[in-house]
Amino acid sequence: MKKSVFFGTLAGAALTAGIAGATTLEDVKARGELNCGVNTGLVGFAAPDANGNWSGFDVALCKAVAAAVLGDATKVKYVPTTGQTRFTALASGEIDMLARNSTWTFSRDTDLKLDFVGVNYYDGQGFMVRKESGVTSAKELDGASVCIQTGTTTELNLADYFKANNMSYQPITIDSNAEGEQQYLAGACDAYTTDASGLAATRAAFADPENHIILPEIISKEPLGPAVRHGDSEWADIVRWTLNALIAAEEYGVTSANIDELAKGTENPEINRLLGVEGDLGAMTGLDKDWAVRAIKAGGNYGEIFAATIGESTPIALARGLNAQWTQGGLLYAPPFR
Amino acid sequence: MSETHAQSTAFVRDTMLPQMEPPNQQSGAVKWLRENLFAGWFNTVLTLLGLAVVYWLVTHFYPWFRHGVWSANSMAECRTIIAERWGEGASGACWAVINERWHQFLFGFYPPELYWRPIAVFLGLFLAVAPVLFTQLPRQMLIFSLAFPLLAIWLLWGGSVWPIAMIAVGFGLGFALIKTLGGQSVLLGMAAGIVVPVLFWLYAVGPIDAVLTQALPIGLEPVASDRFGGFLLAITIGAGGIALSLPLGIILALGRQSDMFLIKSFSVMFIEFIRGVPLITLLFVASLLLNYFLPPGTNFDIILRVMILVTLFAAAYIAEVIRGGLAALPRGQYEAADALGLDYWRAQRLIILPQALKISIPGIVSTFIGMFKDTTLVTFVGLFDPLKGIPDFIRADFAWKGTYWEHFIFVGAIFFILNFSMSRYAMYLERKLKRDHR
Amino acid sequence: MTSATDAPDRGFRLSQLIYDTRYRSLTIQIFVFCIVMAGAAWLVDNTIQNLNQLGKDFNFSFLSNRAGYDIGQQLIPYTNDNTHARAMLVGLINTLWVSILGCAAATVLGVIIGVLRLSKNWLVGRLMTAYVEMFRNIPVLLWILVCIALLTEATPGPNAYKINPATGEAGASMILFDSVAFTNRYTAIPAVQFERSLGAIDTALMPISLNFLALALALIGSIWVNRRLVAGANRVQEATGVRPVTWWKSLLILFVPVLAVFVALGGHLVAPTLKGFNFTGGTNVSNAFVALWAGLTLYTAAFIAEIVRAGILAISKGQTEAAFALGLRPNRTMRLVILPQALRVIVPPLISQYLNLTKNSSLAIAVGYMDLRGTLGGITLNQTGRELEAILLMMLIYLAISLTISGLMNVFNSRVKLKER
Repeated sequence: MKKSVFFGTLAGAALTAGIAGATTLEDVKARGELNCGVNTGLVGFAAPDANGNWSGFDVALCKAVAAAVLGDATKVKYVPTTGQTRFTALASGEIDMLARNSTWTFSRDTDLKLDFVGVNYYDGQGFMVRKESGVTSAKELDGASVCIQTGTTTELNLADYFKANNMSYQPITIDSNAEGEQQYLAGACDAYTTDASGLAATRAAFADPENHIILPEIISKEPLGPAVRHGDSEWADIVRWTLNALIAAEEYGVTSANIDELAKGTENPEINRLLGVEGDLGAMTGLDKDWAVRAIKAGGNYGEIFAATIGESTPIALARGLNAQWTQGGLLYAPPFR
Repeated sequence: MSETHAQSTAFVRDTMLPQMEPPNQQSGAVKWLRENLFAGWFNTVLTLLGLAVVYWLVTHFYPWFRHGVWSANSMAECRTIIAERWGEGASGACWAVINERWHQFLFGFYPPELYWRPIAVFLGLFLAVAPVLFTQLPRQMLIFSLAFPLLAIWLLWGGSVWPIAMIAVGFGLGFALIKTLGGQSVLLGMAAGIVVPVLFWLYAVGPIDAVLTQALPIGLEPVASDRFGGFLLAITIGAGGIALSLPLGIILALGRQSDMFLIKSFSVMFIEFIRGVPLITLLFVASLLLNYFLPPGTNFDIILRVMILVTLFAAAYIAEVIRGGLAALPRGQYEAADALGLDYWRAQRLIILPQALKISIPGIVSTFIGMFKDTTLVTFVGLFDPLKGIPDFIRADFAWKGTYWEHFIFVGAIFFILNFSMSRYAMYLERKLKRDHR
Repeated sequence: MTSATDAPDRGFRLSQLIYDTRYRSLTIQIFVFCIVMAGAAWLVDNTIQNLNQLGKDFNFSFLSNRAGYDIGQQLIPYTNDNTHARAMLVGLINTLWVSILGCAAATVLGVIIGVLRLSKNWLVGRLMTAYVEMFRNIPVLLWILVCIALLTEATPGPNAYKINPATGEAGASMILFDSVAFTNRYTAIPAVQFERSLGAIDTALMPISLNFLALALALIGSIWVNRRLVAGANRVQEATGVRPVTWWKSLLILFVPVLAVFVALGGHLVAPTLKGFNFTGGTNVSNAFVALWAGLTLYTAAFIAEIVRAGILAISKGQTEAAFALGLRPNRTMRLVILPQALRVIVPPLISQYLNLTKNSSLAIAVGYMDLRGTLGGITLNQTGRELEAILLMMLIYLAISLTISGLMNVFNSRVKLKER
């Protein structure tokens, strides 16, 4: 009799688990919820607040996609992933998209069977050291202990950099940013290395950010972007163009404040196409006309999101730098909506 | 001889001496001290060492506790309060973080207005295990114990009551079939008792559920698995894993005791494989590999996947505990069952298992304690366990950076209280069973 | 139905497969075998389908690719140019190393605590009970985290050992004649170095220093000679009843040759010195290792203490009394009567604790110690994306370690088994 309890529960579990359909878009719509893989906690990019509500730069992208696809920016289930579990979570279908400051690299795009759909933050790997150590350049780090997050590209860059400069170091591997912070603050490592944006976010959370400096050397290119599973181009298009819509909206001056106004129709045909006043771009991706309006309304355009989560007015205080629009000398360049 | 003796004896006492107090070395506190603390030089050295350890611990940790601050809004505020009260450089505990966030340690992100549900399940758990643990209680309570798992699932996750009710109906159906058909043929009864409920669940539940939900929408507000955290998560995984693993563990234990070569080898292979690998690798299987092993497109959420693997893990350990129980039964019990002409299953059900399970209970409780402690490892697959996941999450808040020991002590104390009482209970039971058997 | 007498003539009926005890067990076994095989086939089929869908294959060739990452703790030479297989080996050796040292330390600590818990000393008995209950009932992960937090928070950084030019004093000082320094990243201890080197044999695994080999040979030789000496003493005792005094000969035999070899090779200890960011010259034992080792030791020692206590209590008091009646002194009673019997009770659960400790060493993940899970199941898995292969291989290796340990246990059990009449 006990045996049947076991099987019954398993059967019950199978019932509630739900069997996935053919495409990611159908799945998401059927589920009524977007499963979005995010960082376990990196202030500014993705972190839960005291009540477990997530916010941040990467989270805003999840919200925009949910708004575009489901019409409701709150219909997101955030799945915290570590450097270890993120790609498998995506490959296994546990998450529909990964927005966890992941670097777009050749082997990840090909061998790991991911599809990076764009870049939402151009970054590079840097070092943070204590001011009192007197170090002003990464070249002076010979023999240092370096804290590094495992499962990231930074691990390989670090090995390459020290080798190229004929220096030695002691890697102190850590599992999460929280642990890295603890070790670095306790002085267990001389330098903490990760993406420069991550360093800034980490430093902003210190009690004494002025006593820590980020070294000028950027030792790698780290284009961070959202990724989806390989092989579902329709879904990849949706995520890609949601990101592009946010970027383009900033370029054309569409903000969450004036979007209702502009959605009634403007002189600019490009804006009209983006906001679905003219033509029906949404239908081409399997969505409706207002998809981009909803996506932009969810958290504002790229610039607004940046300013609200990691920009100069926030404790993280990142400058736009490479992440300015191409018209401002940055690298952000959304392809035309046509 | 007697003469010489009489002459040489100058004094013979002829009255009793008044009773005297025992020498103070042989009574009261002094005697106790001498016997228990200072018996011989080695013991004295040990006592002094022990005192030194106690002194060191007290002087190092007591001020920290005494300086503790219970109400503050951030670590920085704690530090200023401590500096104000006890002078610059004083260190103290910042219990304010526990004061503010205790509910997250206990419930994770479960909606606060629904806390009554996990609390009800927790109390119900005691009610459900009581008849198993305390034999004096009326046997009718076992019916509640059987119904409790489904009730707990419904209360914890919420949603419509009908799917759960349908699962219960399926069990009832299977049980009834085994009862009625089992009289004619055990095999037929067993087969029908398993096949019919499975068919019922697969094909009949969907439509019936749809109709009932339309007609009579009874349900609780659903709570998604990712809201689970802290001790709620640890107890759900631990208790759920043990409860689910019991039937599988019994089958494996019987399989390992079996005379049939293939069945025995399969059981041994399974048990030894699971016991030979660390739990953490199995958790990685849950998080990284399980989806490979299931049909394409199947997708359980991570808590369910972890529970499946934890169940398999616990089953191997439970099987070994029950095997110990089976082996401890006197050979005569088996022979007596044979002599009565009972077949294998009847003998197991009526004679062997009731006794074997009874003497296995202390072992099962110990396995549960181990499982409960091991649930903290789920933090490494991204779940919010009370030991690392929740504190890391709280420290991600600007206000509570730098609070370490407070979390360790709070969580450690809760683990200690729960596990210590369970292990005491297991020891009590063991002693009682020993008496019963003699 | 037919009567019992004519049944054998009826030939084989299908229902005999179930109702005839001669065939039933076979039927059931075949049935179960089919179900298990079908289940296995189902799993394999799903896996193949899923792999196909993801466009992945199943092969282990990634193990021979360049690893590209560095490992903080290595007992055998390794650079980031080595292969993933080599990285895996480094991890495996790290796992074994922390397990062996953990088992040794936990045994010593556990025996001491277990014996002290039985002591008549009230205070010590209570303290040991408190220790056992505290460590047994709280997850080992917490102890490991406490250890690493203690090591990183309560010890100074290496630069604290620098002499401050302003005050002329250092913030911290080394202990044991300036040879050991506790820092918040590692413990710097002296290293053994030789002035005259005999060279090294370069095996595929690691270069083995001939100096250490010579020392080991000297030690093994000494132990062998010492055993001969003791055996000789035993013979004399059995023949004459008088035991020749051997302890000083034993000491000489055990220590002099090793010391002689050591001095002849110009062996000496090199104390670590601060150079730049870190201590160099000596050996730096990383805090990750120390924390993991200490956490595992403290936790497992509590269990071993209980096992030892139970083992000693299991020997009935009559044994002690009988030994005293024979005129044995207390220490001999312990050595010749109590311990051999207690060991029979103690060793099997003790070995299963060793097994637990080895498995728990995978908690290295919490402190960043690069064990097997950290290399093969961590960075390699991540960089190559071969989770299926990496995790299966990792489980097989752990399984092999566990089976080896339980194999040793079975050998021991059969050797000490009570020889019953």
